Amino acid sequence: MAVAELGSAPPQSKIDQEYRWTLNFGPQHPATHTTLRLVCQIEGETIVDVTPDIGYLHSGFEKIGEHLNFNQYVTVADRMNYLSPMANNVAWHHAVEKLLGIQPTKRCQYIRMIICELARISDHLLCNGAAGLDTGAFTAFLYCFNQRENIYDIFETLSGARFTNSYTRVGGVMHDATPKFIEQVRKFVKELPKVHSEVCGLLNRNRIFVQRMKGIGYLSKEDAINWSASGPVARASGVPRDLRKDEPYLAYSDFDFNVICSDGGDCFHRYLVRMDEILESLKIIENAIENLPSGPVNIGEAERVSFPSKGDVYNTIEGLISHFETVMTNRGFQTPRDESYAAIEAPNGELGFYIVGDGSETAYRARCRPPSYIHFQIFPQMIKGQTISDIVAVLGSLNIIAAELDR
Amino acid sequence: MQVAPQVFEKLASRFGAQDWSKSESPKSGNIRVIVPAAKVFDYLKFLKEECGFDFLADITAIDYLYYRGARDRFGLVYTLVNLANNDRLVVKCFLNEPDLTVPSAWPLWKGSNWMEREVFDMFGIRFDGHPDLRRILCPQEFVGNPLRKDYPLRGRGERHNFQRLERQQG
Repeated sequence: MAVAELGSAPPQSKIDQEYRWTLNFGPQHPATHTTLRLVCQIEGETIVDVTPDIGYLHSGFEKIGEHLNFNQYVTVADRMNYLSPMANNVAWHHAVEKLLGIQPTKRCQYIRMIICELARISDHLLCNGAAGLDTGAFTAFLYCFNQRENIYDIFETLSGARFTNSYTRVGGVMHDATPKFIEQVRKFVKELPKVHSEVCGLLNRNRIFVQRMKGIGYLSKEDAINWSASGPVARASGVPRDLRKDEPYLAYSDFDFNVICSDGGDCFHRYLVRMDEILESLKIIENAIENLPSGPVNIGEAERVSFPSKGDVYNTIEGLISHFETVMTNRGFQTPRDESYAAIEAPNGELGFYIVGDGSETAYRARCRPPSYIHFQIFPQMIKGQTISDIVAVLGSLNIIAAELDR
Repeated sequence: MQVAPQVFEKLASRFGAQDWSKSESPKSGNIRVIVPAAKVFDYLKFLKEECGFDFLADITAIDYLYYRGARDRFGLVYTLVNLANNDRLVVKCFLNEPDLTVPSAWPLWKGSNWMEREVFDMFGIRFDGHPDLRRILCPQEFVGNPLRKDYPLRGRGERHNFQRLERQQG
C-alpha cells in the first residue's frame, strides 16, 4: 500500500530517476502554518511520494505530564492545540475526573460545554479561514479572524487570559461565569450567523477556491476507518462518528444537535462539514447559555479535590486549610492506583488521555491521543498523484497543528 | 464505556478461559482484556474480524519500572472501538526486558503505523512486520528512549552534543 514505500522511494529505472526531483517543503514555510517538513518526490509538478518528517516541535509534553500535578499540567495541555486551548483543558480534566471517579456539578458541565463549543467554533473558523488564505481567497480569512477575536474576548472575561486559558481545574473551573460573560456569549451567538453566511458566500461558490479544494485529498470511508481518522476528517468521509453523541460526556445528552456528515471525502467537503458544525455548535451554546443551571460551579470541599473559592481562602480558616492541603505535595487528593482512557470530541477529532494513577497527585503516565498526529499519517496517501499546490490545500483541510502533532 | 458480554463469550470459546483475563476499573468504567504478549496479534485480529472492533483509537505503552507492586516492566495498550455500537475495549499485554518485540498491528489497521513508531521511539518496543520502524519524534541519531522511567526528565546531556555556533562562526 501507499505508505509501505514511505521511508525508501520505490525501485525505479534510471530513466525515471532522471525526471524525478526531490523537493523539500518546510520546516519553515508559511503554508505549513507551523513547523513540519515534507520531503516530496516530484515528477514535473506531480507528487510521486511524500515522506513527512516531524518532531521539530517535540518538547516532551508526556514526560512533563509525569512530573506536574493534575492541576499544573493543564497549562501544558493548553499548548498542544493552541487554536482551541479550552477544548484541551476540558479534555485533560475530563480524563482526570474519570480516573478519580468524580462528577462535576451541572453548572460546571454546562460552562465546560459552552467553552468547548466556542473553542470548536474558533478552531473551525481559523481552519476554514486559513484554507481560504492558502488557496487564494484572502477576504474570508479576515472575516473569520474578526470573529475569533470576539471569542478571545469572551475567554478573557472568563479566565483572564486570551490565548492559553488554563481555565479548568480538577472538579470544576477556575472562576465562575459572570453575567458579563453571559451577555458576551449572547451577543456572539446573535452576530455569528451573519458572518457565517458571509464567509459561506465568499467561499462556497468561489470558483478558484472550489477548484482548488474539490476532488483534492480524497479519503474513502474504508480508509478513514482503517487509518483511525476521527472528527471532521472522518465525518467528511462518511463515518458518522461524534463522541458527543456516541459516548456522551459532560451534558451533551441534554441537547439536540445534528452530527454533520458528508460522503464527499475531499478537501471541499471537509470545509463544508466544518462550516456546518459551526452552526450546530452555536445551537448548543445558545441552549446552554439560556439554561445555565444555578448552584455551585466546583464540587464540594468534602471531596478535597477542587480548590475552594478565593473568598473562602482569604476569609475562612477552613478555606485556607483546604487550599493548602490541595496544593501541597503529599497532602493533595489521592488518586486510585488505576488506569483510565477518556476522550472528548475536540475540534480536530478524538482527543483522549490515557492516565495511569499511582496514588500520588501526579500522573504516573499521561498519554495524549492527539488527533493531528493520527491524521497526518494519512497525508502521504492523500497527496500521491496530485500537484505541489495541492499540498497546502490538503494540509489546511486536515488542520495539522504541529504543536499537537509533536507534543 | 461498555462492552457487550457476547465479546467475552466469544473470546472464551476461541482462546479458552485461562489464556486471558478481564479487569474493570471501578471508577472510570474502563474495561480491559489482558492477553499474553506473544498472541496479541491473534487477539486483535479476532476482535477486529469476529467481534466488530473495527476502529483502533490508540496504541500506547507504560513503563512500570517504579510502579509499586508491578511485576512486569512494560505494558502495551491498544484501545479499540466498535463503530457499530460504540463499545470501547482496552487490550493490554505485558512485556519484559530482553524480549521487547510484539507483532505489528499494521496488517489490521494502517492507522497503527505512526502510533507504533511513537511507542518504538519513546519506549524501545519493537514491532515485528512494521513497514517503516524508525524514530519519529526524536532525531534518528538520538540514543535512549525518553519516556522510559529510568530516563531523566532533563535528558542525558544530549543538548551538549550539538556544538554551539556563535554568530561570527556561522
